[in-house]
Amino acid sequence: MSLHLLRPGLLTTIQDTGRPGYRRAGVALSGALDARALRVANLLVGNAPGAAALEITLLGPTIRFSTDHLLALCGANLSATLNGQPLPLNRAVAVRAGTELSFGRPQAGSRAYLAVAGGLAAPLVLGSRATYLTAGIGGLEGRALRADDVLAVAAAAPAAIRLGQQLLAHSPELPGVAAPWFADPALTPRPKAAPVLRAVRGPEYGQFTAASQGAFWAEEFQVTPASNRMGSRLAGPALLRAADAPELLSAAVTFGTVQVPPGGQPIVLLADHQTTGGYPRLALIAAADWSRLAQVPPGGTLRFQEISLPEAQQLYLAQEDQLRQLERAVALRFGGTM
Amino acid sequence: MPNPTLLPVAPPPRLYPLGETAVVLEFGTVISEATNATIQAVADYLLAHPFPGLGELVPAFTTLTVFYDPWQVRASGAAGLPFEAVAATLRERLARLPPGAAAAETGPAVEIPVCYGGGFGPDLEEVARHCGLSPAEVVARHAGADYRVYFIGFAPGFPYLGGLPAELATPRRASPRPLVPAGAVGIAGAQTGIYSLPTPGGWQLIGRTPERLFRPAAADPSRLRAGQRLQFVSITEEQFHQWPAV
Repeated sequence: MSLHLLRPGLLTTIQDTGRPGYRRAGVALSGALDARALRVANLLVGNAPGAAALEITLLGPTIRFSTDHLLALCGANLSATLNGQPLPLNRAVAVRAGTELSFGRPQAGSRAYLAVAGGLAAPLVLGSRATYLTAGIGGLEGRALRADDVLAVAAAAPAAIRLGQQLLAHSPELPGVAAPWFADPALTPRPKAAPVLRAVRGPEYGQFTAASQGAFWAEEFQVTPASNRMGSRLAGPALLRAADAPELLSAAVTFGTVQVPPGGQPIVLLADHQTTGGYPRLALIAAADWSRLAQVPPGGTLRFQEISLPEAQQLYLAQEDQLRQLERAVALRFGGTM
Repeated sequence: MPNPTLLPVAPPPRLYPLGETAVVLEFGTVISEATNATIQAVADYLLAHPFPGLGELVPAFTTLTVFYDPWQVRASGAAGLPFEAVAATLRERLARLPPGAAAAETGPAVEIPVCYGGGFGPDLEEVARHCGLSPAEVVARHAGADYRVYFIGFAPGFPYLGGLPAELATPRRASPRPLVPAGAVGIAGAQTGIYSLPTPGGWQLIGRTPERLFRPAAADPSRLRAGQRLQFVSITEEQFHQWPAV
């Protein structure tokens, strides 16, 4: 029960839904940048939504499966193939022992999530298997994966094993066979180029000049190559605070916080962000759009659209409702194969 | 050292959202030990009296940020906007905070051993020159002061410390070092601090502690905790090398 990395890809790490409970100790939440895609991928193979999976960035790895596995790939479309045949996204797919999964040109989005039935079996560090590169903890030795790494997989649920066997028995000549059902497409949208991200005002919004406030909502920003798992660094019109803006004291920040250093080029924080920051918080991307945010590749562009806090909370609740509905539907599906 | 004035939470803090998953309680706009003590007391009280959907608490200089899950808040039966429900709950909890709760944290100071100067403190002489003191005087004043851990942030286990003697304030280095080792003790402006991870950094380095501030294998991964008093203790290079690994 293992995955053999023949080639590591650009930045492939083990991630789950993060390491809550240690922000007070300065420890980032970490976890998947597109947590929705990770959760859906896990649900499709009968895992708990927060099981450990692979986060694959832009240029994917080549992976050989030592035994039969049930897997699902969600998030970015990075031209995944099984022994050269296109691998369908957003479905449970049974793969045969010896099969090779590889990736090609990124088609849409930048981060794909590969869940394997049972989940990846990395040790828990502070309650999570998420790789936190800054601190060198979690995942496999706290680092990005390398060629020749072998990833252990935990035991899959009996229903997932049976589903995999049934699918493979159905088409003995194929390296992989997809289940005929799939998740609610609303939960697995194809990542859009140049998305519009909905956002609410941040605590220091009022300290920015009227021109900068206007430019933030009206203009286009580009994600620069200096971006990483801590944040997406944007290039666009300079966003400046009024000359009489007060000096700021460091305070908490969150995933999706748009903070603006003195140069005026904003940084949108991602999963490995520092727990506190001293830059003004201009806006916060709505959680319902964090997946879109995480999928914009370097060089890609985005815009912001203002919404109210009640709207943002409604979107949050609606997305969580959809995910829990999928959880129930999958439980029935797997229950039905028992 | 006298205790800060120990007041209950009055006047009530400003309360505002940080996105749809967090609420900020702001207890003023000026760094003070009394404010910091209040923040610790409120954090401890909320952890002891949680509400459905309560997530993490992040203390900072004058704020306590309370994370929550709007879905769980709604699932617990709260009507209306989850933010309003959480805000109402927080106001109610604050009103019930026992008077004098901010007195809770009065333990002895944590002692952090530091080997000053030499290869561990390459900027000690520069700091001394800037301050018009001898290197020995810089060490004596740095190790002789009482500090307070305001909060842990920026990096795992990194303490924001208050209490650097004003005469030791020194601007950051003109160009940051590409790699500062974990345990390096430095000065940046009116702040002093201890690097908890090896990172690039521009602080003036005056010494190094053999202790690990971030211990991922421990149940509490941060050596230091917000609200603690702290003192630096000067040790020799020999003591540094013989310091027991924790």
